[in-house]
Amino acid sequence: MRVRASLAALAGVLCIAAASDPSERLPNPAQEARARTIFKDVRCLVCQNESIDDSQAELAHDLRQIVRQQVKAGKSDVEIKQFLTDRYGQFVLLRPSFDAGNLALWAGPFLVVGLGVVLLLGRLRNRQPEDELSEAERARLQRLSQDGRT
Amino acid sequence: MAEFGAFALILGLALSIAQLGLSAGARVRRSTVLAAAGEGAAFAAFLATAVAFGLLMHAFVVSDFSVANVAANSHTEKPLLYKVAGTWGSHEGSMLLWDFALTAYGAAMALFGRNLPRGLKATAVAVQGGLGSVFLAYTVFASNPFVRLVNPPVEGRSLNPLLQDPALAVHPPFLYSGYVGMSVVFSLAVAALIEGRVDAAWARWVRPWALAAWSLLTIGITLGSFWAYYELGWGGWWFWDPVENASFMPWLVATALLHSAVVTEKRGALPGWTVFLGLAAFTFSMLGAFLVRSGVLTSVHAFAVDPKRGVLLLIILGVTAGLGFALFAWRAPGLSQGGVFAPVSRESALVLNNILLAAATATVLLGTLYPLIREAMTGEAISVGPPYFNLTFMPLMAALALLLPTGPLLAWKRGDALGVSQRLWIAALVALAAGLAVYAMEDPRKAFGALGLALGAWLIAGAIAELVERTRAFRAPALESWRRLVSLPRGAWGMTLAHLGLGVFVLGATFETTWRAEAAETLPIGGALNVGAYHLVLKDVGPIEGKNYDAERAIVAATRDGHPVCVGEPERRLYLAGGQTTSEVAICNRGFSHLYIVLGERRDSASGPVWLIRAYWNPLASLIFLGPVIMALGGAISLSDRRLRIGVPRRREQPA
Repeated sequence: MRVRASLAALAGVLCIAAASDPSERLPNPAQEARARTIFKDVRCLVCQNESIDDSQAELAHDLRQIVRQQVKAGKSDVEIKQFLTDRYGQFVLLRPSFDAGNLALWAGPFLVVGLGVVLLLGRLRNRQPEDELSEAERARLQRLSQDGRT
Repeated sequence: MAEFGAFALILGLALSIAQLGLSAGARVRRSTVLAAAGEGAAFAAFLATAVAFGLLMHAFVVSDFSVANVAANSHTEKPLLYKVAGTWGSHEGSMLLWDFALTAYGAAMALFGRNLPRGLKATAVAVQGGLGSVFLAYTVFASNPFVRLVNPPVEGRSLNPLLQDPALAVHPPFLYSGYVGMSVVFSLAVAALIEGRVDAAWARWVRPWALAAWSLLTIGITLGSFWAYYELGWGGWWFWDPVENASFMPWLVATALLHSAVVTEKRGALPGWTVFLGLAAFTFSMLGAFLVRSGVLTSVHAFAVDPKRGVLLLIILGVTAGLGFALFAWRAPGLSQGGVFAPVSRESALVLNNILLAAATATVLLGTLYPLIREAMTGEAISVGPPYFNLTFMPLMAALALLLPTGPLLAWKRGDALGVSQRLWIAALVALAAGLAVYAMEDPRKAFGALGLALGAWLIAGAIAELVERTRAFRAPALESWRRLVSLPRGAWGMTLAHLGLGVFVLGATFETTWRAEAAETLPIGGALNVGAYHLVLKDVGPIEGKNYDAERAIVAATRDGHPVCVGEPERRLYLAGGQTTSEVAICNRGFSHLYIVLGERRDSASGPVWLIRAYWNPLASLIFLGPVIMALGGAISLSDRRLRIGVPRRREQPA
């Protein structure tokens, strides 16, 4: 009895659908594939760090519908993303834009590489001469080897 | 019982403070008696914390709901494993686990640090005692797991059902013993800075601790990833979620540390940088704990709601790391530069490895914290998701993978580029051929898939080439090669395995992301769908009664070319205590690949009930998890190398 009652509750919970749900799909496979690619870059605003491609939330469902309609209407990726950011702000895009405010974000990792390489080169240059024999050492070596022979 | 637990915890705190005081006194007075007392305090602090931990676990096992933490996180009908795992399922419990690990490492350092110089050991034990005092004080005063309820409830509120899973039950102990293992490295680094001596011997003492912590952390992260793969119901295994990033940053730093410590050990070079990484590894561990435990990640606003604990953790992080790095800034300039090396040498390769790993850490750090910083400064919210990491982290890792096989084949001090290319040309050819073949055959072109395949093949073939070189296989007689192979030091095996494991992981990740197939249909009983080369038929759906949940279970038969392959039984569960639903996927192993089947919701149609069935073909997905396991195994084998245990032969005193 318990099982039957709780399974009735289970049926009532709207869950586990996400982007692959056949009832949402566009009939044209090429358009559907394009929509799916866009989904991966769009954040489900109410979820914790999920794209609308993965999310089962109601809002994600609505956003997918919007994107699919616009794909169907022949809008370009840029236009669709513009529409979403106009409506929800930069937050909706999982890829932050390349603007001045995000300079540190995009350039940071490569600055670390640059800094590291500069330090390494500096170290290599400073150290090299010590590897060679100095003039005095060369003379001493010369003298010692001659001593040995005589 | 809970009162005993609270008492033991406070005792642990007092003993940690004693450990700090006694060991510091031992260092100042150069007293062996005080040093022994400090070590005794370290053991006692460990015992007291272990008792507290055991008593909390006991409260969970017997469902003592008069303890607030148990009432909030447990339930009488939960299976025993998850009652035990509930001990570290909450904030308070996980901090106690942290303290337990911290004092355990303190005791281990006192026990195993026999060949450390006395002064260094006393200082390190004192620093470890300081860390223990700070975290135990936090647990006692701000996050005490033994708080009682005046009116105990009859039933507990249970643990989130998503977390009721064997992999996730053991995930925190591995993760925390990895995180906290870095505390020993931190203590040794601080001690070395205070003593003013960072040399080959120091690097050799640090290495086993770093190796152990790194291996445990590797297992911990892999378990979490594996859990996400089969529990979240759509086969994702890494999301660049801030919580994952928090555990990944210490791992990256620890990986860099393992490599730079080799340079310091073998050549005495880079001592400052190795110490810096030693400090950074534990700092990132603490940062991880702060990020995950303070709520700052969900949003800046969630953090503001209950700022007490978050602010306290932030203060602990700031003070501990701040003192460590201030000491570094003060003492590091006095450290020697160490050995000389040429542009083409193993040292240079390892420095490049460290540069790339440091940049990768910076990427993850920026990606995790930048949205918080930007929102705090400008009020504008942005998201940093997987596309960012694909554009920054991936190229750095590709460069690292490209460099990796050359490193072990280069000689110290001055390497021979021509010689290395002679030893690696077969590996390079294998990698290029694999990549090009896939690029040419696939339509549409899959450039990233081809590149990933080539890199994976390069790493694996490179690791094999390195073994061939060490054993002189195909050049010396077979018997001689065999003798060389079996007498290879365990450290060498460990390194080769770890590098091989990375290659295995890269292959798995590449295949899974590039060639994954997906299908979803609403099916009636007897309905079918195709995914990849497989034909799936929904045979039946029926009710199931679990220990603390009810479920619907589907029977899905898979065939390939008419031959039966396997029967999957995915479930959809309803947990009675909290009312949450979860999905239990069915995974059919096909070699290293997975056929992944998910039962979705029931819907009504004109012709009767239908169920949403989703199926994925995840090629070589097992390798994604097998690779890191091989890496951790490499760490463990390397750890068993006797050279690490006997320590460096003492240098004889210079005759006067």
